[in-house]
Amino acid sequence: MRALFVRDLRLALRAGGGFGLGLAFFLIVVVLVPFSVGPEPALLARIAPGVLWLGALLSCLLSLDRLLAVDFEDGALDLLATSPLPLEGIVVVKAAAHWVTTGLPLVLVAPVLGVLLNLPAPGFGVLVLSLGIGTPALSTIGAFGAALTVGIKRGGLLLSLLVLPLYVPTLIFGAEAARRAVLGLDVSTPLMLLGGITAGVLAFMPFAAGVVLRVNLR
Amino acid sequence: MSLWEYANPVKFLRLSERVMPWLWVGAALCLVVGLVWGFFFTPDDFRQGSTVKIIYLHVPAALMAINAWFMMLVASLIWIIRRHHVSALAARAAAPVGVVMTLIALFTGAIWGQPMWGTWWAWDPRLTSFLILFLFYLGYVALWEAIEDPDTAADLTSILCLVGTVFAVLSRYAVNFWNQGLHQGASLSLDKEENVADVFYQPLLVCIGGFVLLFFALVLYRTGTEIRVRRTRALMAREASGAPLRTEGV
Repeated sequence: MRALFVRDLRLALRAGGGFGLGLAFFLIVVVLVPFSVGPEPALLARIAPGVLWLGALLSCLLSLDRLLAVDFEDGALDLLATSPLPLEGIVVVKAAAHWVTTGLPLVLVAPVLGVLLNLPAPGFGVLVLSLGIGTPALSTIGAFGAALTVGIKRGGLLLSLLVLPLYVPTLIFGAEAARRAVLGLDVSTPLMLLGGITAGVLAFMPFAAGVVLRVNLR
Repeated sequence: MSLWEYANPVKFLRLSERVMPWLWVGAALCLVVGLVWGFFFTPDDFRQGSTVKIIYLHVPAALMAINAWFMMLVASLIWIIRRHHVSALAARAAAPVGVVMTLIALFTGAIWGQPMWGTWWAWDPRLTSFLILFLFYLGYVALWEAIEDPDTAADLTSILCLVGTVFAVLSRYAVNFWNQGLHQGASLSLDKEENVADVFYQPLLVCIGGFVLLFFALVLYRTGTEIRVRRTRALMAREASGAPLRTEGV
């Protein structure tokens, strides 16, 4: 299990893609926002939490179609399926590697981009916290979507169509927490609900993804 | 004699062909009676005027949009557990009908909302969750279309239906948390007092009955088509492989 995790991390780091690309995409999305809505600081401050959450979500989505497809195409996934590790475990490891290479950097870089968007000071801590709680759910739901579309040629667009509606609850609670923090309201309720969703997703999604993967490897 | 006998495509087709004319006639009758009654023989509402009459399309369509998804969920479960092909095909057949019902509900809602609320669209929890339901339908239909092997497609879409149901319900309550709404709460329910006056309520019931019958007729019809498409494909494959033709049962 650890070997697979390390292998995935190494592949993501060395294949010159995944790691920096998601961050660059996040940066570009955030930079484009003032161009499209205008540079007014008050307006930017109002929409900053939502934009940062949306940007993080989209960058997460960007690398999902390679999550399982590469291993599926070169046959590594078949080998992994015959290993003693259950497919559910493989999905968890893959999702964890995806989170470490995509979600975690996004969480760390979000405050910097928050400065660009004039995010009010009380928002920073909660934004990082909510992204930290929410992004593991994004990676795990994404792994399910990747497992669904792994056998489909050019499934990238379909993957977005399937995964984005599943992201709705996470996005609502995550962005709501950050927004409330900016307004100086209590943030514990949305954060707890966000944590609940992440916990539920982590508990159940690997099984759904495992079933789906088994069908696709048949 | 059990219900599962109709999992046999031949028996299913025989039964559905016997039932379908009645369903079509019943649906047409209910819709004509309900809509004419509702549109021409009920008084205008004292505040909403004649716009209230869009209720005869809006409410039944919205009801069926949700129940179509529920039917797909049940059919998917039957496919996963007992692997009856008719069940998977029925789920597939119901999805586009559900899409259209959702669209009707959204559009009639917009037409109703414009004079009443002064806006075509508001990010109200009920409206938003319906839009999300629409997205789930789109994803489900797209996944069916994308996969060539029918059994793989049936497996994957039924899992998606299960997961989608959980997330659709989650989203339903999440949007409640996220915004307050313009839409009224539930007006029709089985166990509570009715909020719709009898003059409007009776034709509405007839219309709902008409939509239910129409839904079943459409789903049976489309399922029959799917079964025949698959049978034709099997025959063509057999012919192409040079094996002797055998027409009974697939």
